[in-house]
Amino acid sequence: MTFIANVARNAGDPKILDAGQSSLGAVDRLAKALGWFSIALGLTELFAARRLSRVLGLNGHGLVRLYGVRELAAGVATLSVDKQAGLWSRVGGDALDIATLMAARGRDNPRRDTVGLALALVLGVTVLDVAATQVLAARANRKRRDPRPSYRDRSGFPRGLRAARDGVSDVRSPKRGGADPVTTAAQ
Amino acid sequence: MRALVWHGKEDIRCDRVTDPGIEDPRDAIVKVTSCAICGSDLHLFHNFIPAMLPGDIMGHEAMGEVVEVGAEARGKLKVGDRVVVPFTIFCGQCEQCQRGNFSLCQRSNRNKRLADKVFGHGTAGLFGYTHLTGGYPGGQAEFLRVPFADATHIKVPDGVPDESLLFLSDIFPTGWQAAVQCDIEPTDIVAVWGCGPVGQMAIRSALLLGAEQVIAIDRLPERLEMAEAAGAIAIDFSRESVIERLNELTGGDGPDKCIDCVGMESHVMPSQPDTLYDRGKQMLGVETDRPHALREIIYVCRGGGVISIPGVYAGFDDKIPLGQLMNKGITVRTGQTHVNRWTDDLLRYIEEGLIDPAFVVTHTVPLADGPEMYKVFRDKQDGCVKVVLKP
Repeated sequence: MTFIANVARNAGDPKILDAGQSSLGAVDRLAKALGWFSIALGLTELFAARRLSRVLGLNGHGLVRLYGVRELAAGVATLSVDKQAGLWSRVGGDALDIATLMAARGRDNPRRDTVGLALALVLGVTVLDVAATQVLAARANRKRRDPRPSYRDRSGFPRGLRAARDGVSDVRSPKRGGADPVTTAAQ
Repeated sequence: MRALVWHGKEDIRCDRVTDPGIEDPRDAIVKVTSCAICGSDLHLFHNFIPAMLPGDIMGHEAMGEVVEVGAEARGKLKVGDRVVVPFTIFCGQCEQCQRGNFSLCQRSNRNKRLADKVFGHGTAGLFGYTHLTGGYPGGQAEFLRVPFADATHIKVPDGVPDESLLFLSDIFPTGWQAAVQCDIEPTDIVAVWGCGPVGQMAIRSALLLGAEQVIAIDRLPERLEMAEAAGAIAIDFSRESVIERLNELTGGDGPDKCIDCVGMESHVMPSQPDTLYDRGKQMLGVETDRPHALREIIYVCRGGGVISIPGVYAGFDDKIPLGQLMNKGITVRTGQTHVNRWTDDLLRYIEEGLIDPAFVVTHTVPLADGPEMYKVFRDKQDGCVKVVLKP
């Protein structure tokens, strides 16, 4: 990546020698991976719905295609800066997937072993989704718990607003255009 | 040297990079003593501004000491000069520069051909920003190459702290220009959307320019408190209807002048359903901005009023109520800041103690902490309003 970044530079611009630590935390990277997983799974469910249904012994493939659209939406949201919303939508999707696979595990499904494997995979991903949402929620809560500093004394006018207005009025250049209301401004 | 480098969405790193050198006789090299994270850096952090490339050095608010001067800049600068570096790079000689439209310099954008295709007519080169504005390495670094340095600098005196002068680079003149563009009259009520650093400067500028009353709109209590400290009336949009409150405060007429310091990333919340709509479209890449504040401004602005937009917008927006805008005869004024058009006066105000922009600084940290501070600033943690970095 550093090589590509340096190739794209203009001739005299600084080039990267050593890359430092990223502002992306572990949970951000996990969310990114889950987002791309969603996109990949969504595309598979959308464009290979018939085959996927056959492998899992499901009747019909409309539902799988619908789940594909859902996965794509969740993936796009998870890859965005609003990753928490995306991850929550993934958790909801996991619940739907688990319910659907549980229902498909009946004795009359000759592919029930494959369904069991899929169920195990979904449960594994669900653990990751829930863990990521929890870490992000904890980060948001930490933000809210911060004691709020007071900025009551930060007017920016060391000599007060009236003196500042008078001073600006005195030195303001006429070339600036527009009205020059300062001299008559209410204090 | 060390520099904060953009590697991708939400991925900023403090990298070791090669030092910049003089490339053109009009260049100078500045050893950066202070630099800051700007609200518009967050748009880059979120990858909402197109044409960023991994390896781009961030930052367009910087100041420091001149350590090397190109042959053609020596008449105006010398080694040891203390300078603030304006975020707009300008030649000082082209037709736009001659008019004082420095942010529209016709020569400083080294990707002008690309910019002309995208914007119709390109803008000036900017430090630490998209390649549409030249892709110049930015000032969140130990050293900065300043192109057209004989023009692109603001000499500042010794004895005034960096924190009081640094914001001449961007947010102070940006807030000032936003207020000047309102043509404020003594009876004017000016409403300012967004109380981040530029909003805070716009509030104070409107007061200095004689507004009868300034109304500040935000949702963060510490930012509203900072606005009130200057003398503004605060509206918390997460607790009350902005439109109802503004009409109440203006006798039902609406504010005479409105300043949009929010720009492309309006806060997303269910009580502002258009922000959900915009966010969805933004995620899908079919809309670049979330212009909720602008829609609200057009709706509530008094007929015949002025809307000034210093907030950054990236590209293509929809559901902009042009019918309201046209029928109410509203004047819209916007643009990147022509920094040096204003800085002689603003520096004088600082030197005379009329205003001290340092009020906005809430966090001062070493450059190496920059990647973490992007998140702190973005998430508004710890009452963060403005971050100054010390290389």
